[in-house]
Amino acid sequence: MKNSSGGKGSMSTASSITTWKAGDVVPVPDQFPAGLRVLVVDDDPTCLIILEKMLRNCSYDVTKCNRAETALLKLRENRNGFDIVISDVHMPDMDGFKLLEHIGLEMDLPVIMMSADDGKDVVMKGVTHGACDYLIKPVRIEALKNIWQHVVRKRKNEWKDLEQSGSVEEGDRQPKQSEDADYSSSVNEGNWKSSKKRKDDEDETEDRDDTSTLKKPRVVWSVELHQQFVAAVNQLGIDKAVPKKILELMNVPGLTRENVASHLQKYRLYLRRLSGVSPHSCNPNNSFMNPQDETFGPLSSVHGLDLQSLTASGQLPAQCLATLQAAVLGRSTAKSSIPMPLVNQRNIFSFENPKLRFGEGQQQHVNNNNKQVNLLHGIPTTMESKQLTSLRHTSQSIGNVNMQVAPHGAQNSQNNSSLIEMGQPLSRVQILNDSTVPLSVGQPIVPNGIAANVSTRNGIPENIRAPGYNLVSQTSSILNFPMNQASELPVDTFSLRSTLGMSDHTSKGAFHEDFNSEIKGSGGFLPSYDVFNDCQYKSQNWELQNAGMILEDSQHSNSLQGNLDLTQSVLVQQGFPSGQINGQNRSVPIVSKAMFSAGDSTEPGNLLNVNHHLNTIRADNTVRVKSESVADGNPSNLFAYHFGQEDLMIALLKQVGSFYFLLFTYQWEYLFTQFDFPTATRHHTSRKRVRFRWVFLG
Amino acid sequence: MERNPMRRQLAIMRQSLFDQGHVDEQFVQLEELQDDANPNFVEEVVTLYYRDSARIILNIEQALERKPFDFRKLDAYMHQFKGSSSSIGAKKVKAESTLFREYCKSGNGEGCMRSFQQLKKEYATLRKKLGAYFQLARQAGPVETASRPK
Repeated sequence: MKNSSGGKGSMSTASSITTWKAGDVVPVPDQFPAGLRVLVVDDDPTCLIILEKMLRNCSYDVTKCNRAETALLKLRENRNGFDIVISDVHMPDMDGFKLLEHIGLEMDLPVIMMSADDGKDVVMKGVTHGACDYLIKPVRIEALKNIWQHVVRKRKNEWKDLEQSGSVEEGDRQPKQSEDADYSSSVNEGNWKSSKKRKDDEDETEDRDDTSTLKKPRVVWSVELHQQFVAAVNQLGIDKAVPKKILELMNVPGLTRENVASHLQKYRLYLRRLSGVSPHSCNPNNSFMNPQDETFGPLSSVHGLDLQSLTASGQLPAQCLATLQAAVLGRSTAKSSIPMPLVNQRNIFSFENPKLRFGEGQQQHVNNNNKQVNLLHGIPTTMESKQLTSLRHTSQSIGNVNMQVAPHGAQNSQNNSSLIEMGQPLSRVQILNDSTVPLSVGQPIVPNGIAANVSTRNGIPENIRAPGYNLVSQTSSILNFPMNQASELPVDTFSLRSTLGMSDHTSKGAFHEDFNSEIKGSGGFLPSYDVFNDCQYKSQNWELQNAGMILEDSQHSNSLQGNLDLTQSVLVQQGFPSGQINGQNRSVPIVSKAMFSAGDSTEPGNLLNVNHHLNTIRADNTVRVKSESVADGNPSNLFAYHFGQEDLMIALLKQVGSFYFLLFTYQWEYLFTQFDFPTATRHHTSRKRVRFRWVFLG
Repeated sequence: MERNPMRRQLAIMRQSLFDQGHVDEQFVQLEELQDDANPNFVEEVVTLYYRDSARIILNIEQALERKPFDFRKLDAYMHQFKGSSSSIGAKKVKAESTLFREYCKSGNGEGCMRSFQQLKKEYATLRKKLGAYFQLARQAGPVETASRPK
């Protein structure tokens, strides 16, 4: 087996996911795990030398570092150069857990922590940060002999996630590898696969083989992929980033220059929007209104208050909001249909809420990541109870929501760590937010929803992927999200996530485990959808979906009712777990929007009526009601709600997440423009439907 | 053959190290890592340990001279020391480090001082014994070397 001259990247599929070896040395496939490329980090020279020798004796390919910074550098230089990392917990220059987080975010490699400290807390910390194992010093060679299992397990999970999500990314890559002229790599691949077969589900590999027969599918810009893309762009410098170079840097088999080029184009637009938005501190309203027509005005005023308060409280990153607005507004080029602005909005809410919910642990799915619950804890507590109660009853002002949000926001920052516990998804999110990470969804702005969403991934990896973008075409898309629709939903989710501030910082470890797969596939689709589906809102979801569609199609009059329902359902689906949203926004703008769109030139009064109607319609469905209130969530509110920190938002925007968010907000904005809220006139007729093509998240 | 007695002596010495509790199972792990490519691996590692641990001991000593004691720092140092000591299998030294850390955690300055003194004693003993052991090992020569009768 020759050293992979073409090995680099040949075997690496979504590199991080399926790469077995992409480095210079290609381990002999038959002798797996021989040649496993290990990076060991420890400031203790004695331990380091012993570990190195032990690993060498295991036939692993060892690189040692005595400083975390050096380790990170090595990892960044050669993203595909290592299979697993072993790191000490206590290091002078960087905390081992921090390193763990970085690695999880940036490289998504399995990381084993070790320490002489065997206290339960420390070990637990390792777990929550996403370490795949924890070794107590002194480390015996027997403990090291089996570390390959973590590599295999991770890959297996990633594959499974990809497959389930319906993404052909992996499949695409896999065949590509086989097609490589590099015999060794294909041999390796084949052997890897066969060895994997022995270990894993045989069907898995077979599926992958089958995908090789597929025509090169549309490239799914998973979170992971986008992360690589951003890293490459950053490395080259945004000015010098040309598709060809980016492609080379990314080193992703199966990706073409054209893919990169089109993605780069979108990314540039996104960045431009970001830079074009000047921070309007405490002027969310302004930004809100300026770009668009006056329709926003009323909304702004409604929400403005909230926004103001939110921003004042620091919960709402004004800049973020402004940016969002600008971004959304600026994005006049409708690339894709805005499936359902309403829905989107609702999505936001749902995301938000679910997140909160997650914190509450309502979402069972979400609870896959035990951490999730924690994440939201801040919000859910405040919101949930209120919402639930209010939901049933009179509508609560948005202020309620906002207020809740605000305090929550404050909590958010404080609770970041707790949020982070949310679990992996959160960590993932956080990772996204991490500025050092190319794909940073953004700081945990809204730990609640987003994290939840992310975490839901655990149970619903595919869902995330699916969420396709076509909200329009498929109301179900929104709802289908969990249904594995390769739609734009992920984008929404993603943006939501990012905007919401996947607040989970700390739970990087855990996060990245789940998140990785999740994010990758879904590109940020909020698992909340998934959760919802699971949450027996299926039927409703469908309704919502339909609603979304209806709105989309602007079948107003008839749909009004339907829309409303949909809205609700959408909202519900979105994950308004406990109707947190419910109580809050009676005046559900979204709902009202729906109503408006429905073709009823509904005055605000109508809105109320609708609201009531909605409430009554689904009296039984708490969720629905919730959605109502949620709908009310002005986008600004929504964001404010979720964004705990301005910087997070900014960071978020700057990252992939924001990119998606941008798309999402665009839809959202569109929604607003569509529905002339205050005047209750439908303007959408005059508007060209923007079709968002959520190509990024598939 | 002259090597035999030396090797026999070496074996006895080694056994006493274990029996007296100076080294533990981890030391065996190190020995098992020794091979043709690294015939003096154990000694190299232990030498490295001496260098590193001496530095830490110095740090602790300096920290103990500053009153009041900074227990967190002391604990951190000792954590380091314990880690490397356990890596080479220095059993008694490791046990003493654990004790020291307990005192640190409970803020027992007096206990820390006493424990530290004891630790230094154990450490010195270990170095002496291991030094003699390695010296003999070197004299005994590699196992593969044919020994000529005198």
